Amino acid sequence: MTHLDVELKRLKDEIVEMFELVTQQMKKSQLAFIGFDREIAREVNFNEKRVNALELKIDKDCENIFALFNPVAIDLRFVLAVLKINSNLERIGDIADGISRYVIGTGNPFDKELIDITRVNEMFVMAVQMLSDVQKAFDSEDTKIARGIFQKDDLLDEINENANSVIENYIRSHEGNISQSLHIISAIRKLERTGDQVKNVAEEIIFFLEAKVLKHVSEK
Amino acid sequence: MNKIETKNLNLYYGTFHALKGITMSVKANTVTALIGPSGCGKSTYLRLFNRMNDLIPGVKIEGDVLLDEKDIYNNKGMRIDELRKKVGMVFQKPNPFPKSIFENVAYGLRVNGMNHASFVEERVETSLKQAALWDEVKDKLKKSAFALSGGQQQRLCIARALAIEPSVLLMDEPASALDPISTAKIEDLIYELKNKYTIIIVTHNMQQAGRVSDKTAFFYLGDLIEYNDTNIIFTNPTDPNTQSYVTGRFG
Ligand SMILES: Nc1ncnc2c1ncn2[C@@H]1O[C@H](COP(=O)(O)OP(=O)(O)OP(=O)(O)O)[C@@H](O)[C@H]1O
Ligand SMILES: [Mg+2]
Repeated sequence: MTHLDVELKRLKDEIVEMFELVTQQMKKSQLAFIGFDREIAREVNFNEKRVNALELKIDKDCENIFALFNPVAIDLRFVLAVLKINSNLERIGDIADGISRYVIGTGNPFDKELIDITRVNEMFVMAVQMLSDVQKAFDSEDTKIARGIFQKDDLLDEINENANSVIENYIRSHEGNISQSLHIISAIRKLERTGDQVKNVAEEIIFFLEAKVLKHVSEK
Repeated sequence: MNKIETKNLNLYYGTFHALKGITMSVKANTVTALIGPSGCGKSTYLRLFNRMNDLIPGVKIEGDVLLDEKDIYNNKGMRIDELRKKVGMVFQKPNPFPKSIFENVAYGLRVNGMNHASFVEERVETSLKQAALWDEVKDKLKKSAFALSGGQQQRLCIARALAIEPSVLLMDEPASALDPISTAKIEDLIYELKNKYTIIIVTHNMQQAGRVSDKTAFFYLGDLIEYNDTNIIFTNPTDPNTQSYVTGRFG
């Protein structure tokens, strides 16, 4: 292994740690939100600091590799991809934290019926699934898995699109639950954005492995 | 139009096959970097264009070498001294003559019979300015060239090559013995000179190839493995051997 290989391996280990941490955060925010568990919500809130610290550490390491090793070709694409994956993962961390805050800040547990009809839990399941797929794609350098992510995102989009009318109808018959309905719709929006962030990560993986730029391309 | 070009070019040192069927063309006013491991044939390839290989005993050359679309080997109308006026060369180690700074630059003019004093003076000044050396030597033109630092000597050799106004400049690792400041000056110079010259530079410094060149050619064991835009060679080379070489994992 060259010195650069050692540094790249270290960087890979760090971003894998970031994947794991953020996936954990998303899983816990699901538990906190669906089960209305303030204890877990506070844990997510606390761990958000670790996500931020790791993001800074990875940024710094990328900067050092650029400055000291002048990586080119696949090495260059790898470091560029890690840099962008890092910031996408950090945003997913923010989202998990944001969702957990609804639990900390809301008075009453969410209405079970509302959770069911909005399909918000399905979104959590899919978001966590996509995160674990994209980590697998990165780990095993598998662009087929990365490409599979784009379809999975369709489910998140679909639930998100239907959510407005579902919630509208619900509010008509449950006027006392407006505030929690708004929390749920916000969580749904955030989960939809999580799908987009994971898709960005998948695009970066394909860029680094195949040197193909998929950003802003509709046919992937 | 191609400024220089080789077609299916083979070169042998005796029985040793040093260049293997190289077909490559270079556009005018571009910088092309030749890279590859030691002994792959970069200097040999460079020397084709001013016919310096001809001096080496046992050399056999097959194929075409074209300058301005005219063959420079099988061409009775092209004398070697004429060719060398069009194609200047700068070597790895600065090799000033044991003469004054002024006479070093004037040398090529004098050999070519251009002796008119004011013309020579003007050309020497212009060349030294182009080589980014004028300010450092303008008050000591009569001093020996050996009194200059290595980086200054190298720029002097560049000025000497420029004085006869060639259209092609060949540079064989011109900055390999220089400190970062002199290296940066030479690289800036190459960038400036591109407006007037077509430049081919051999370099072992990958970052330098990236900084100065438009196209990069990767040679390996006498073969041209990949010839492409420099940014492609350093971001997404096609050949796995090129990738190994530029990322420092070769062999
Ligand atoms: N005068 C010569 N006689 C015999 N063989 C030679 C001669 N000059 C070069 N060679 C051989 O031809 C091959 C190419 O040499 P060349 O000098 O072109 O390599 P290069 O790529 O410039 O290497 P470097 O990076 O070390 O300068 C080498 O194997 C070398 O040994
Ligand atoms: Mg050489």
